[in-house]
Amino acid sequence: MMKQLLILSGKGGTGKTTVAGAMTHLFRAMACADCDVDAPNLHLIFGNTGKEQRKDYYGLPKAHIDEAICTMCGLCSEMCRFDAIKVGYTTRVDSHACEGCGLCEAICPQDAIEMRPVVAGDLRLYTDLEKGVFSTAQLRIGNGTSGLLVTEVKKQMIGAAEGAELAIIDGPPGIGCPVIASISGVDMVLIVAEPSISGLSDMERILDTARGLKAFSAVCVNKADLNPRLTDNIVTRCREREVPYLGEIPYDPEVVRVVNRGLTLAYSECPAGVAVREIFERVAELLYEGVVE
Amino acid sequence: MKGITTGQIKMNIAVLSGKGGTGKTMVSVNLARIAVPSVYVDCDVEEPNGHLYFKPEDVVCEEVSVLVPKSDPDKCNGCRECVRFCRFNALVFSLDRLTVFNDMCHSCGGCSVICPQEAITEYPRTIGHLELGRSGDVYVRTGIMNIGEVAGSPIISRLLDVNTSPKKGITFIDCPPGSSCMVMESIKDADFCLLVTEPTIFGTHNLKMVVELVTEFDKPFGVILNKTVEGEADPSEEYCLENHIPIIGRIPFDRELSNLSSEAKIASEESVRFENLFQSILDNISEMV
Repeated sequence: MMKQLLILSGKGGTGKTTVAGAMTHLFRAMACADCDVDAPNLHLIFGNTGKEQRKDYYGLPKAHIDEAICTMCGLCSEMCRFDAIKVGYTTRVDSHACEGCGLCEAICPQDAIEMRPVVAGDLRLYTDLEKGVFSTAQLRIGNGTSGLLVTEVKKQMIGAAEGAELAIIDGPPGIGCPVIASISGVDMVLIVAEPSISGLSDMERILDTARGLKAFSAVCVNKADLNPRLTDNIVTRCREREVPYLGEIPYDPEVVRVVNRGLTLAYSECPAGVAVREIFERVAELLYEGVVE
Repeated sequence: MKGITTGQIKMNIAVLSGKGGTGKTMVSVNLARIAVPSVYVDCDVEEPNGHLYFKPEDVVCEEVSVLVPKSDPDKCNGCRECVRFCRFNALVFSLDRLTVFNDMCHSCGGCSVICPQEAITEYPRTIGHLELGRSGDVYVRTGIMNIGEVAGSPIISRLLDVNTSPKKGITFIDCPPGSSCMVMESIKDADFCLLVTEPTIFGTHNLKMVVELVTEFDKPFGVILNKTVEGEADPSEEYCLENHIPIIGRIPFDRELSNLSSEAKIASEESVRFENLFQSILDNISEMV
């Protein structure tokens, strides 16, 4: 049975992808996925990822009006809750606003509206016998069905990574639909927190979200020395909430250099690299033995 | 030039980045503090942080709800028309009754319209709230989504509709990360988009996505290069120069700025150095619009 480790943060930019990239290499995970389908980045530090398969991802079909039949009665525009249909010289659908509910199609007295499939993004799967499977996706701009796409990314990974023991999943920021979709079915959530008032507030919200879904979570802090006082606060909050605290990564200018070379921190000798490997040891203990130290 | 337009005109500036953590909120709150009288709107309803900096007073709360359906079992004859209609899979008919999965519902109202028995009515369900307050001459408006909810767009729409703005002045819209429909909703009424990025290939990659987004919506825009380091390569700067994208400001990585921001302090209030920095960014924006 494949174990799944998900990296989340609530707040964006705390270092999810940097940590996820390092964990994938350190665990030698044969399955890996980037569920930040809105702004995927993990592929940028995986270098040569082997053979690529791409397929279109269809979101919900969207309304299309046949102008030859439309009598411009305006009923669709009046009934649409998403303000997606405007009546002017013609009746026009704003495809960005259309959520694909199909009400206009159902009520049009002239049968002039049809729901048509629209490509909302693409799914990419990379398979490499030595390095394993990497599943990712890119949602097209302005689309809103990313929870479904997150589920597809995970399904694609699980389907292709038969026999893999561990999957590392890089999650999306926030606490909404894509995050909830990414949490489903994982064995452990590693939260990368940041020592700031904002980071602390966001960590509480993501921990509450994960707890609501009965997911097992642990926390580490990135750029810990940028505010030691707030790092201490995070440690205290974790203790109070009975959430395992797995350590901290210092602010290290070398991290940006490593990432900008398209590499992960896994084998880097810089202070951040050393710290990531210590956290990796504790994650492994928690994931496989259920306790740290 | 200094501050010629602030307070004189009415305009909306959206601050976005694609990638999280590049400094959207830090930039937005500093600019809003300098451009008084101004409005700060936090559209990152999943993880709102701007209010932590402003600590607004006289806060008025307003609940935000969406309509969800319920079925009257006495009227329902089990025809399942609604279940077939609902493309969001929010309705299931089993054990002789209709079950609604509120999280899946998009509040389109279709089921209540098409039900042949008129058995379906809608009722409001709270998904979050707005906090409307003031911090000195900055009107602070925050949208907060409830934990466990899936979709924040209705909160953003409501937040942008609320009319508590002064007659003149700049409204700064702090957008959610990404480039999804939530961001689109946030920039809809923007007169100018400020894209904040950082010198990493992650930041550059996501900057390209938001450039695509604002271009598609025909919004004038410019870039702020945040966390720059003298002498280090900056892929975001290279991208801007290659594509003739205007660079409106540079904010070098600075331990003092980082520390003030981590404590949710507004740097331009704390030191003249940062006040000047953000004033020059504001002046550059004024020149562009």
